[in-house]
Order: sequence, then structure tokens, then C-alpha cells
Amino acid sequence: MLRTLQFPVLLAALLALSLGSTAQAADPRQVVRDVSPKVVKIYGAGGFRGLEPYQTGILISSEGHILTVWSYVLDTEFITITLDSGRKFEQGKSRVDEKTKKKIEQVELLGADPKLELAVLKIDAKDLPHFDLAKPTEAAPGSKVLAFSNLYGVATGNEPVSVQHGIVSIRTPLEARRGVFETAFRGQIYVLDAMTNNPGAAGGALTNRQGELLGMLGKELRNSLNNTWLNYAVPNDQMRQSVEDIIKGIKRSVAVDDKGERPAQALSAAILGISLVPDVLERTPPFIDQIRLNSPAAHVGLKADDLVLFVNGRLVQSCKLLIDELERIDRADKVRLTVIRDQELMEVELSAQTAAPGIKP
Amino acid sequence: MKRSAVPFLLLLTLAGSLSRVARAEVPAQVLEAEAKRVAVVDKVRPSVVAVFAVGGGGGGSGVLITPDGYALSNFHVTKPCGNAMKCGLDDGKLYDAVIVGIDPVGDVALIKLLGRTDFPVAEMGDSDEVQVGDNAFAMGNPFLLATDFTPTVTFGIVSGVRRYQYPAGTLLEYADCIQVDASINPGNSGGPLFDAEGKLIGINGRGSFEKRGRVNVGVGYAISINQIKNFMGHLKSGAIVDHATLGAQVATNAEGDVVVSNILEHTDAFRRGLRYNDEVVSFAGRPIRTVNAFKNALGIFPQGWRVPLVFRHEGQKVEVLVRLRGVHRTGELASKVEGRKPEPRKREEGKKKQDEEKKEPEKKEPEPKKEDGKKPIPLKPAGAPAPMPEAVKPFFEAKPGYANFYFNRFNQDRVWAAFIARGDFKDLTGTWTLPSEDGQVKFTISDKSVAGVLPLGDSNLPITDDLSVTLEPAGSGGLSAALYLWRRLLIEGPKKFGEMHYLGTLPLAGHGIVDVLTGTHANVECRFYFDPAKGHLLGIEMIPDDDADPCEVFFSEYAEVEGRSLPHRMEVRNGDKVFGNFKLGQLKLEAKAEK
Repeated sequence: MLRTLQFPVLLAALLALSLGSTAQAADPRQVVRDVSPKVVKIYGAGGFRGLEPYQTGILISSEGHILTVWSYVLDTEFITITLDSGRKFEQGKSRVDEKTKKKIEQVELLGADPKLELAVLKIDAKDLPHFDLAKPTEAAPGSKVLAFSNLYGVATGNEPVSVQHGIVSIRTPLEARRGVFETAFRGQIYVLDAMTNNPGAAGGALTNRQGELLGMLGKELRNSLNNTWLNYAVPNDQMRQSVEDIIKGIKRSVAVDDKGERPAQALSAAILGISLVPDVLERTPPFIDQIRLNSPAAHVGLKADDLVLFVNGRLVQSCKLLIDELERIDRADKVRLTVIRDQELMEVELSAQTAAPGIKP
Repeated sequence: MKRSAVPFLLLLTLAGSLSRVARAEVPAQVLEAEAKRVAVVDKVRPSVVAVFAVGGGGGGSGVLITPDGYALSNFHVTKPCGNAMKCGLDDGKLYDAVIVGIDPVGDVALIKLLGRTDFPVAEMGDSDEVQVGDNAFAMGNPFLLATDFTPTVTFGIVSGVRRYQYPAGTLLEYADCIQVDASINPGNSGGPLFDAEGKLIGINGRGSFEKRGRVNVGVGYAISINQIKNFMGHLKSGAIVDHATLGAQVATNAEGDVVVSNILEHTDAFRRGLRYNDEVVSFAGRPIRTVNAFKNALGIFPQGWRVPLVFRHEGQKVEVLVRLRGVHRTGELASKVEGRKPEPRKREEGKKKQDEEKKEPEKKEPEPKKEDGKKPIPLKPAGAPAPMPEAVKPFFEAKPGYANFYFNRFNQDRVWAAFIARGDFKDLTGTWTLPSEDGQVKFTISDKSVAGVLPLGDSNLPITDDLSVTLEPAGSGGLSAALYLWRRLLIEGPKKFGEMHYLGTLPLAGHGIVDVLTGTHANVECRFYFDPAKGHLLGIEMIPDDDADPCEVFFSEYAEVEGRSLPHRMEVRNGDKVFGNFKLGQLKLEAKAEK
């Protein structure tokens, strides 16, 4: 019994071994052809003061979930996504599903995680080639890798994104320090020896030489002490949970103005002691203009010039949406605010009843 | 037996994994790959050129492509050097070199190293075969590091092919180029990009930079070698070569088709039936699905090239051959390069103005704008170029509109020498009679007139100093004038024909790439197509007016008549029509009647 079992097992092991070695010698042309359709071009806000209005994204489901970096590029209602085939998806355009009679947006921003600087978008498509973020593919230092991105916006329409080669130098926590690396990112990264993190490259795919996803290329990051640029990618395992939660809608969803139910006694910015900057734009970023003395906001340490990113984990991209989101919360309940101050993320919890300074709650 | 096989296999796998550990540092495959790479670099290294301005202080790179010293570089490398440069090879020697021809739009310069006929050369590759993911390596002289001229090697992969890079500044446009992540730094400009086998696939010349300073950021661009092959004949003519335009602009419509968004009337494309809103299906054999694809397909051709165009007009698919004209007006490009005002040639004066007005309004792209950060990367020498070395002077001849007219003269002489080796016509100044074999057609050519006997009626063209007015016989587009100019060239030779120069090489249907002489006489331009191997005259294009279809005369069935090789078939075309295809009979070329 044992013997008869052993043989096939061994054979299978040998087979696996030989398969492994053919995978090692993967034809680079074929790998590129396989990977390129899983990478998309994203166009959005920017276009001034060295802020390129484009970045890269990677398809992580057959029905059009796209993982990319959370950046100013997405801070618009007119995100455009171009697939490798040249097929274009535009935010604001939609269709009504025949069966469910539901409105389906061409492009939808599902949510973002500012700590990992990632965002998830969804396009109205199916049967797309995609990466599997759940696959536990990792790379040790010294591993040969490929980086796929639309750096410098070189590719447009159906032109394939650029491919670069390099090795993983190390996997290490990104030590962001004020005055050195200005970033909100907190977590592990792959440091790369290749010049991958160029304008527009953020959100691109880092793969091994077999074309399996290892991580997502991060933003441009300059060390202001020595004026060098860090090339890095965020490993799959760092992003997996957050991405799943966003897709499932568990957290970090996006606030939308949908005229939903509101409590009779709703919260407001004024009650918390927050006044926002004048709402002059279509989407004025919700910066805090002033904090009332002795207010709940003052008590938890909020300050003028803080930018509010999330209200109870929901992304608020404008003053309007922030005000609207607060109005959905009962005055009796607590609210969790995530703000960004000098590239540092802060989370505070407060309520209308939050005690004034000096009085411990 | 079977039972013993199991432990044996186990042992084998164990041994296999053990040896894997033992050899972990350097597997044989890696050693082989390394050895191959070293061998390839060794093989190509001698062909790499370090280009310096005379007097030093700046320069770039280049690559030798012929044993007699022709080498490629970037226009933006040679421009600051002037007309002569010093070139270092990895043998440690410094050679004098002279400018041959330039393509300022495509950023290519052809130079010639002097003093040897056995220069080591790079093997030409086929850049259309290059694919993303291929290994590639750049060689050259980044930051002018090598004081002994030994080139630097940087290794990378092809990041993109068929890239279109918008003009940086006013002229330089990189179409259909190769993007690599091998380090391309200032000084690498003009140097070769090789594939893994060491074949020349491109000339490095540009990179994306922007905020990080002028050093490599993993994004370099090389001009594809196949584009340069198209330009080679023109570059060897000593000219300032212009790129081609269809005379029409294209845009993507709502359905995603590439359609004509603007077209000039005085173009071959218009005369062949291309109209506003027609869909461009394919161009020069490439399917066109985006505006960039069209620009890439167009950007690889010099002025005057003739390419197949397929378009859809009112639902009907049309296939034509279309002549591409220059992006710039005559003299305009030269003046941009030389920094002087264009001098319009005589026959261009008084030409319709609307062409100029409509010309090249930079098209707004429907697609997201690309960055303008891609810059050529020259290392500029300080101050003006030093005086030309004595050794270079015999190989340089200045002429407005040319980079170096010496090479134009050289090629005129070469083409003409090959032609008259098959028969010298200079004494046959009498009347030439060309009867058709069936006797129905006869042409009689003399200094004074060209008479034609044709089934549709006779024609007679008196020779005046303006042959562009009377295009006899009707429907031929000016066959009589073409035959007169043919006789004139054969008798007088290129030197006495009129204003004549070597145009370079162009494709001629059925003959591949051929040598072209072009001359202007009696107010008409005439192009003469010569077989580059056999030397005989394959055809004539008589262009009475830039706005009209030329009269095309194709000669074939060459046979000897009194010691001279003469054509016995003559096909005449005008526009889309064949005027006639004549089998010639008893050709009679009289010597001058002695009086």
C-alpha cells in the first residue's frame, strides 16, 4: 500500500520539479504579453505644478476591480480608465442593468486606505484578465522582478504599458520620517534596484519573472536629505486585507450624496467645533479652517489645516460630502475622523458630548 | 526491479537537490549566459564610436556601419561639433570624421570616419522583430567617461516598442522608437542599442527626465534602425533630409476609427481620392487603429517615399500608392537647421499660398497629453567648433541646403559612372527615333522638338525654356517633355543637365530600393531612377508642377544596340491611368549630322 502510493507521489514531485524549472525559464516575451493586459492606465486630476494627471492600476478581478494608489489623481469625478485593448471607461457614464434595473457606473471609486496609500476602483466589465491578490507570491531579496507601469504616460490608447527589470533589494518597513521621506504610508515595502517609481508609474504591477503579482508600485518618494529617489512596491500581503474589506464594503467605502435617511438630531461640523475652508470649488478638499476653543474638536487635538479624509471609515472627498456625512450621524453617537497633517495620518474619536479640556471623559 | 527503482529515484532526487545546493552560487546556465554576453560585447565593442568636437570638450557616441567608415550618430550630437569631428574607437585611436548627411527631425546624423577601409562594423538588425521583454544593451560614452575611448556597456530590457514621442523643442520627433530601461545618460546619445545577439537595433538618443535632473531614470528611447535604413540613401546624399507627410491629418472619431480630419488639396493623397472624414485603414502596410499608430507608420519615411495606403471612402475600400511630400517647404528645414531664412526656389515662387497657411497646425491630441520632459541629451562643447582639420577638408563641400555636398557629388558620379559603363551617349546628339514594334506608335526626339505618332492623334512639342506648360501628348502628363529630358540627360550627363543632384534612394515598384538623381531643366523637375546593382535607368518621373500628377515612364527589356544598352519596353503612367505600354522596335539614335 505504502509502496504503491509512494511511486505516484514521487512522480508527481518530480513532475512538479520539472514544471518548476520550465517556469523558471519563462519566455520573457510571453510573460510580458500575459501581464500587460492586466495593467490599466488611469487618468484623472492634476496636470499642473509637476502633478501628472495619470497613474497606473492593476486588475484584480475578472469583473473589473482595479487596485491603484490613493492619490490626487483620483480626486475628481472624471476618472478615465483605459484597458490594454484601448477600451475606455469614464466616470460619470453609466447604464441601467436590464434585469436588476440598477444604475451601473462605468467607473466607480469603491474606497481607499490612506495608510497603505491604496484605492480600489471598479469598472463595468467582465471576463477581464487579472492578477490574483490572494495568491501568496513573495519575493526574497535578490529575486529578479519586472515592473509594469505607464510611467511618464508613455503609452496611450491600446499601446502597452512600459516594462522594466530589476531585483528586489530588501523587504523592509518604510521608515517615513518628517523632513526625509514625506509620506503617509505605513508598512512593509520591497525596495527595488531599478528606476521604477517614476511619474505615472504609481499603481503599477511588480511581478516575478513568471508574471505573478508581487506587489504594487508606490508613489514617487524623494529623500530630501540626499535628493535620491526611493523605488519601491507594496507587497501583496500588506494590501490583501484592506482591499478585501473595501471590495466587500466592510470599511473605507466612499461617501456619496444619496439623500439617505438622516437622524432627527444630527451631528454637524459646528457642533464638533470645526469650521471648514470656504466651499468654493466643485470639490473643495475638506481642510479644517478653524477649531473653536474648548470644543470637542479642540479637545481631541484637531487643528487648523488638517485635511479630513474619512468619517467613520467613509472616504469624504469634499466639504460638501463631509457635511453630508456628519448629518447622517446621530448627535448622541461617537464619530471617528481620520485626518492628514503634514503627511502624517491621525485618527480621533469624538462626539458632541466630548468633554471640554481639563475634564477627563 | 520496480521496488528497487523507488529508492533509486529517491536517491537521485536527493542527489539532485544536494548538487543544487553545492552549485547554488553559479549554475551552469548563468555561466553560459554570462559567457555569451561577454562574447557578444567583445564582438560589437570595436564598432562603437566616441564622438568629440574638434578641440574636445563635448560630444557623444556613434556606431560604425560600413568598413569604409560610415557611422551613425544623433543630429543633436553632431550639430554642436560642426562639420568635422574626432572619433575615438576602442583600439585607443582617434580618427578624423566628417559630416555626411543629417535628419534633423528624426535626430539622426550620418558621419564618415576617415583613414581606413577596414573599420570594424556593427551588424544591422531588424527592429521590427524587437519585442517587449527582449534583452538589449546600450554602448557608448556616457558622461564622456572613457579617456581611452573604451565604450561603456549598460544592460536592460526593451520596455516598449513602436513608441511615439512628441517633438521636443521645434524639430526632434521620435516616431516608432524603442523604449529601453538600460541606462541611457548624457553622452550615450548617438550610440548603438544592440539586441542580445549584438545586432544593431537602434540609435540611443533620448530619455524621460523632468524633475530628477539629467540622469537616467530607467526610460530611454532609441531611434529604430529600420527607420534609419529608409533614410540611409538620403543621408548618404549629403542632404539635410526632411521627413514625410501625407498632407493630411488624422483623428480618432467617436466610433474609434482613425479618420482624415484635414487634408490639403495639392497633395498626392488628395489626387488619389482621399477626402475629409475618410477612414484610414492601413498605411505603409500597417493597420491603423490609433492616431499614434499613424504617426509611427509615417514617421519612419523620408520625403518622396511612396507607400501603399488603404482607406474607406463612402463605404468603399480604396487601395492606392501615395507619394509623401516633405514636412517642410524646400529650404525651410535647412534654414531652421542653419538658422537662416529660406530661399524659395524659382519655380516655387508665386505658388498658391493656402498650402502654407494650412500647413502643419499642430494637431491637438484627443488622447491625454504626454509630458514634454523628454529631452535629447547632448553634451555641448564649450564655444564654437574649432577649425576643420586639413585631413577633412578634401571631404567637405559647403552648399546651402546640404550638410555636405561632397557626398552628393560623389554619389552623382557613382551612379553616372555605373550608367555610362553600359553605354555612352554623349556623341549621339542627332535625332532619336523610337518606333513601336507594331509600327503604330513612333516618337522622334531632337534638340528642337519631340514629335509623337499615336493612334489617338499626333503630337508635337517644340522645345522651349518652359516645358511645364504644354503637357503633350494629351493624357500622358507630359511624355514628350519626359523623353526630351531623358535624351538630354543621356547626352549631357548630370553635370550639364541643369540643376542636378543625387536625391538618395527611394522604392520603385518591382525594383526595391533604387538610386535617384533629380534635376530641374526648362522649369520642370525630373527624377531619374537607376538600378543600384546594374546601373541602368529604370524610370523617369517628370513633374511639371507640384500640384499635378507626374508623367511616369518605366524602361525595361534592356538590350544592346550598337554597343549601348537600350530599353525595348516603355510603360507610361499618369496618376491612376496607364497611358501606354509600348514594345519598342528599331531604336535609332543618330550622331550629330556633320555639316
